[in-house]
Amino acid sequence: MNLFFDGIAWILDPTNWTGPGSIPERIGQHLVISAVVLVIASIIALPVGGAVGHTGRGKDLSVMVSGGLRALPTLGVLTLFALWLGIGLQAPIIALVILAIPPLLAGAYAGLESVDRRTIDAARAMGMREGQIVGRVELPLGMPIVVGGIRSATLQIIATATLAAYVADFGLGRFIFAGLKTRDYAEMLGGSILVIILALVVDGCFAITQRLVVPAGVRAAMATDLRSRPTRPRAAVGRPITEGNPE
Amino acid sequence: MNWLWSNLDLVGELMLVHLALSVPAIILSFVISVPIGWLAHRYRWSRGVLLSLCGLLYAIPSLALFVALPPITGLSLRSPLNLVIALTLYGIAVIVRTSADAFDSVEPDIRQSATAVGYSAVGRFWGVELPLAGPVLLSGVRVVIVSTVSLATVGAVIGVPSLGSLFTDGFQRGIQAEIVTGIVATIVLALALDWASVLIGRLLLPWSRPSASARRLSVARVERVDAA
Repeated sequence: MNLFFDGIAWILDPTNWTGPGSIPERIGQHLVISAVVLVIASIIALPVGGAVGHTGRGKDLSVMVSGGLRALPTLGVLTLFALWLGIGLQAPIIALVILAIPPLLAGAYAGLESVDRRTIDAARAMGMREGQIVGRVELPLGMPIVVGGIRSATLQIIATATLAAYVADFGLGRFIFAGLKTRDYAEMLGGSILVIILALVVDGCFAITQRLVVPAGVRAAMATDLRSRPTRPRAAVGRPITEGNPE
Repeated sequence: MNWLWSNLDLVGELMLVHLALSVPAIILSFVISVPIGWLAHRYRWSRGVLLSLCGLLYAIPSLALFVALPPITGLSLRSPLNLVIALTLYGIAVIVRTSADAFDSVEPDIRQSATAVGYSAVGRFWGVELPLAGPVLLSGVRVVIVSTVSLATVGAVIGVPSLGSLFTDGFQRGIQAEIVTGIVATIVLALALDWASVLIGRLLLPWSRPSASARRLSVARVERVDAA
């Protein structure tokens, strides 16, 4: 446990909070790069995923793309782009964008696809145009899953940005690699603790957002937990006794 | 290609090392997660807590976890065991959620029928619930296989050899072919293990594939790492 105190002492050491490569500067870099990457990846992946979820066309292809990209080892992609494009921020940004696309794509199509087909048919029957159906029906109802996709993408970006410090001089990962080189375990651990805190705080913000984007009407209907419902439709003769699944 | 031919031995050896890191982590996380997932399914109050914990675990960046684990486990940073433990933790974070969903997917009717024909609680778990939860469980294991094999490469930067060593070595010496080989080898290994798990699934669970709707549901849930 002493090692942990060393790590925390390293974080609290005032000399690490000023000057070039200080903790606030590294946190700032980490957040700015992550935000830039998230925006670029979202501009690419969300419309495509949305179109797939709305039309149902190209679903197999996008499942394959998002599944296949998921198998890509992040470190391999980072080092390969770093060799191609040289030292600098370009390589990690491109690599991070590629790695952030699968969760965004999957979230966008799963979100729009999760909307009950009957609801969409009803909207169409009421005379809504396709654009209105997407904007006013599918998007609000699927939003929690879309935000869930953005959430996993963001976590993925923050984690990979840490690793990207291996090939470029930015972000909290620098502390880990600098400590590794000089055998300064306190610095490595301090850097790791900062990364973990950063990731958990961002994750918490997304958890709250995910709850806030649930439309009011849906929230009212969620009083009964979906998961405890029987798995197939049955005649309306009162609630069955679900033994072992108390409600 | 020349690089690959002259280093075939190295790649083969690293592939075995990589297998030795990832397969134990996958099996361990499965064995540990199924009971936890069952608890989350069976006791409603525990579900939120357990799934939130898994969500937090999943949110921790891998490199940071690799570095932060040794003070807790008392192992050296470069110990392969340290990496296996970290990979197991990530696997648990995914499979617990899927296995809770998997047990939820067993119809209450079937559970009641099993009780009615005289299954004890334990017998019902082994004879009815676990086999029926199998297909959804398998979908979770497949996600973990791919992510574990890919994550194990990260260990290379802190000095645990694996296929990831091809990335660090290739980067430092500027050999693109080495990095490409590493990426391809990692993907091939992930696909091979995935294929093996599907095969084992077919042998052990010949009766059913998850219905299209249940599978879609479980995929959607795996996508959402949120804490329910």
